Amino acid sequence: MKQTTHPPERRPVPDRKGAAATAPLPARPAPRRRRPTSQQWAAWAFLAPVTLYLVLFYAYPLYRNLDLSLRNYTVRSFVQGNAPFTGLANYRTVFDDPTFGPALTHTVVFTAVCLFFQYAIGLALAVFFNQNFRLSATLRALFLVPWLLPLIVSASTWSWMLNSDSGIVNAALNAVGIGPVNWLTSPSWSLTSVIIANVWIGVPFNLVVLYSGLQSIPTSLYEAAALDGAGAWRRFWHITFPLLRPVSAITLLLGLVYTLKVFDIIWIMTKGGPADSSTTFATWSYRLGFGNLLPAFGPGAAVGNLLVVAALVFGLVYLRVQRKQYAS
Amino acid sequence: MNGSTGRRLTAVALTVAALATGTTACSSDGSSSAKGDDSGTYTIWDPYPQFAKNSDWAKLLDDCGSKAGVKIKRTAFDTSDLTNKALLAAQQDNAPDVLIVDNPVVSTLAEAGVLTTTDDTKLDTSKADPNLLAAGQSDGKTYGTPIGANTLALYYNKDVLKAAGVDVASIKDWPSLTTALEKVNKAGKKGITFSAIGTEEGSFQFLPWFWGSGAKLTELDSTQGVSALSLWTDWLKKGYAPNSVINNTQTTSWQEFASGDYAFAENGTWQLANAEKAGFDYGVLPIPASDGGNAAAPTGGEFVTVPVQGDTGRYTTAQKLVTCLTSTDNLYATDTTLSYVAPTTEVQDKQIASNAELKPWVEAVKAAKGRTSDDLGTQYPKISEQMWKAVQSALSGAKSPKDALTSAQSAVK
Repeated sequence: MKQTTHPPERRPVPDRKGAAATAPLPARPAPRRRRPTSQQWAAWAFLAPVTLYLVLFYAYPLYRNLDLSLRNYTVRSFVQGNAPFTGLANYRTVFDDPTFGPALTHTVVFTAVCLFFQYAIGLALAVFFNQNFRLSATLRALFLVPWLLPLIVSASTWSWMLNSDSGIVNAALNAVGIGPVNWLTSPSWSLTSVIIANVWIGVPFNLVVLYSGLQSIPTSLYEAAALDGAGAWRRFWHITFPLLRPVSAITLLLGLVYTLKVFDIIWIMTKGGPADSSTTFATWSYRLGFGNLLPAFGPGAAVGNLLVVAALVFGLVYLRVQRKQYAS
Repeated sequence: MNGSTGRRLTAVALTVAALATGTTACSSDGSSSAKGDDSGTYTIWDPYPQFAKNSDWAKLLDDCGSKAGVKIKRTAFDTSDLTNKALLAAQQDNAPDVLIVDNPVVSTLAEAGVLTTTDDTKLDTSKADPNLLAAGQSDGKTYGTPIGANTLALYYNKDVLKAAGVDVASIKDWPSLTTALEKVNKAGKKGITFSAIGTEEGSFQFLPWFWGSGAKLTELDSTQGVSALSLWTDWLKKGYAPNSVINNTQTTSWQEFASGDYAFAENGTWQLANAEKAGFDYGVLPIPASDGGNAAAPTGGEFVTVPVQGDTGRYTTAQKLVTCLTSTDNLYATDTTLSYVAPTTEVQDKQIASNAELKPWVEAVKAAKGRTSDDLGTQYPKISEQMWKAVQSALSGAKSPKDALTSAQSAVK
């Protein structure tokens, strides 16, 4: 196995391992550089499992997905493995598809609205629970329930609650004199419904991360600000919010990646319908590849790759922002 | 700081890629070893996960195996999983020896070159009803034999109809059915429930009405096709059918009917056992065509197929296994447990003799039509997807039935 690795590839790999190891603990850039070869072999041996794991479970699937999206796969060529290379034809098919425009809009709206509400509600709750009143720990634990439930359970429950005819939400609306809303079956409401469900599911994550971020803000700052006569609102905007910025950034980035790829909730609640009104790239990719009796692997993979690229772009944006923060 | 930024870049890039591929990269995990090294072991895949190891079905497989002198290794998959699993297995040259698969999938798998023809395996299909067998035929070749069939009909709740003053015998065509729904609605009960979900299930449920109007799948936007979709859309508008049908699967639609509030439900043979448990008097009515007579409903049910093997010597035993599974006695037993109608006249007669309630179902199956028949083959999935989209657009009010079907037809090309 060892002989198969080419010398030029050796150097970047330890770097990558270093990054993977230091990512959770950025304060440990232990500089272990070139030493005698016997030690280098030992280092390699230690690296091998992680490298193998990364290659097997990340690099190869990614490569396969890219390959799928660049070839014209029919069911026949999928089985026989002789699909012709067609360059970007699948991407062109996807871009020209009438579903592309709506799916793009829905993905952007879904992600932006979900992120905004998840973050705003999560932050509000985190600040609220930071007061440490009686039972606050219990209440905080209760807020975690949506996070603990399997997605299929929460999504099915939401789709029962939002059922047009027998759902509890419409029953409640009826009780206060508002006519029934076709939450899941009307093209103008379906996206809103899946957003509501997804916000509910995403709030606990934001709450937990932001709450722990709040713990690291020294109380002395608040005391000093209070002495200077700053009200609660000012203290929030001038102390809490700026000091929470690094935590907020990573929360939002993770939230973004999670939200971009949300699939289960939408698929269970609406199947992306009716009439594509809640189709996002994630559900569209699935439908192309698996949702039909005749799978269209190529375009499905192409849509999947667009998602990966989108997530990657935002990851890089995050990096830039963070670098700027360090510089200032 | 420069070095650590580079590392962090890689770290973030990797994390993001890893998280995002979560959805896309799951496709290549289907390599559960289908074949052992032992050539005396034959693998069978079926879409009946509801049958456990000690079920009659599993025992039947073992019996057929021991008659053919081999051991059987059975794997049960969820129906919706089976197509991709079979394609992946074939790609890895790891296909099962016998594959039992939903009938509209047969043409897709045949197109992929995954299945042998019955000429290759010398399988006798002469006993199966031609209209059922047609779903597994394309270009004059047959790719398997049906193990059982089901189709759709209208279940009705006798109590609700009686309270509304509707005589079932009066329901002969679409206008009389709509009149009945109107009466039920006026009596304060709910009319009809069906499944119009945005999957193959939705197309399956819409087809009896589509075909009943005289429309053809090759021309979705014909006047007849539009009239079928308008029938459904009007029912929704007038409140004869609940708005929830747009998201109903056939199971949720059945649950609505089982609540006892609905007069009619479009559902399949497989609900018969549940109908007995529903706690009210029910009846079964073939789905009427627009001007009277019975509409052709689509055939459901599975085909027994023999996938292509590298070692063609295995076909002889595979053929023995299939013949055993589809022998008269075994068909009777299997179709009784599955609550299916048998694919051969001989067994159908036997089924009616033991249970007279199956008679309308046997008739419905005889009048039914395969979705991939008429040499549509792999054209069907494309048409079907556009059709269920059109149904969803029209029912949700996004488009008029005519516009919905026109754009569906132009998307099929």
